[in-house]
Amino acid sequence: MKHHLSGALLALSLLAGVPAARAESIFTYASGKLLLTGGVSQVEGAAGGGLTPWAVIGGYETKDQIGANAFYTSVDTQDYRITSQGALVGLYNRVEFSYARQDFDTQGVGAALDLGYGYTISQETVGVKVRLLGDAILDQDHWWPQVSAGAQVKHNRNGALVKALGARDDQSTDYYVSATKLYLAHGLLLNGTLRATKANQFGILGYGGIDNDYHLQFEGSLAYLVNRRLAVGAEVRTKPDNLAVAKEGAGVDIFAAYALNKHLSLTLAYADLGNIVTRHQSGLYGSLQVGF
Amino acid sequence: MKYLALAALLIATPALAETQTADPFPVISPDGSLYQAFGGHEGLVRITDDLMVNLLADPRTHDFFVAAKRDQIKTGLIQIFCHVMGGGCTYTGKNMTEAHSQLGIREEDFTALVESLQKAMDKNHVPFRAQNRLLAAMAPHHREIVTGAGKG
Ligand code: HEM
Repeated sequence: MKHHLSGALLALSLLAGVPAARAESIFTYASGKLLLTGGVSQVEGAAGGGLTPWAVIGGYETKDQIGANAFYTSVDTQDYRITSQGALVGLYNRVEFSYARQDFDTQGVGAALDLGYGYTISQETVGVKVRLLGDAILDQDHWWPQVSAGAQVKHNRNGALVKALGARDDQSTDYYVSATKLYLAHGLLLNGTLRATKANQFGILGYGGIDNDYHLQFEGSLAYLVNRRLAVGAEVRTKPDNLAVAKEGAGVDIFAAYALNKHLSLTLAYADLGNIVTRHQSGLYGSLQVGF
Repeated sequence: MKYLALAALLIATPALAETQTADPFPVISPDGSLYQAFGGHEGLVRITDDLMVNLLADPRTHDFFVAAKRDQIKTGLIQIFCHVMGGGCTYTGKNMTEAHSQLGIREEDFTALVESLQKAMDKNHVPFRAQNRLLAAMAPHHREIVTGAGKG
């Protein structure tokens, strides 16, 4: 995290040197949304907050455009380092396709469990999200939010290990519905997501456990627009507690997302991911997103 | 019972809206405080002047405005902004559909105009919260204004 985040900050400061006008003229085809209104990249790759998907379709495209972005996220906790990287494409502000890979570096815990120091569990997530109704940004006279439905198809690449820990499967699909509303006059954005999932710890510890059922989970985000470039807020994401070997609890974070322009944003957060196998895990979260 | 009342309300609301000829630009700051935050009439003149400069400078919007009656648009915008912000003006121009329906404006053009307006408001030191209140009142008009390509 330290290295990666400082790399990200370096990249940001280098790019900050590029005159905004020039950067703007390189990519003019997908700038039809207002700054920050495409959200940032959540850990499994969908557009949203850091932890939870929003109903917005990622990228700065409108109904006539295609947008895309890529991200790198790193979370450093007491015992682990979790990185996630991926990309998404937003089509006509209607459909979003995403891919992300999460790497869960067990560091010293890996050594203690005889897996080897730095043993890393990886998960790949392919996501699709479809906007069903509403426009979170423009429909300021409607009370109803923008609503989208999505699926995240997950594959854990360390099946033997996660099954040994009690998971039933090394692949599974999450389904979710998100409702997002910007209350522009108040500078507030609210999101609520309901997710049906079998995943343990986002899927890092496989899917299913004590039972093999879908568990309905709630995720929420609240963001306050400080100015056009900066949003601060908080998120919560409940998770199933379905592995016999260790308790699992909700994750929360407080974040600040800064958009330098429509092509570059940096999110910093303090995340508390609840208990992950050994003990309570919390730490600094950093995410860089580059958009086209 | 509560639900019945709510259902009745939901059914009655559109009927109510139809009987009173609804103001397309509802006043959001009846006490005029928002109008003051924008610097009153003088402020709006400066903002719409700067807006027009920005719209002509931006290649995304240049072609819409270069041949338009820009003074007439500015006058109309000042009336609308003044009216919604509680400055007591009346809008005397065409309705939004009449003014825009032939122009083929796309959603990205709408966004471009909002960004030009944001720049103009920044330049004239309108606080961010006040800017957002005006933008929130204007945003729903995308439905009359955006008629091009995939629609608004
Ligand atoms: C909420 C946003 C908008 C408001 C409040 C607004 C307001 C107005 C007003 C008051 C007029 C003058 C009407 C008259 O002549 O009586 C006008 C005309 C015009 N508007 Fe807009 N407008 C908006 C968005 C846009 C956008 C996004 C574009 C294009 C990018 C645009 C392009 C034009 C043009 C070209 C005219 C002149 C049409 C003509 O000369 O016939 N407007 N608008």
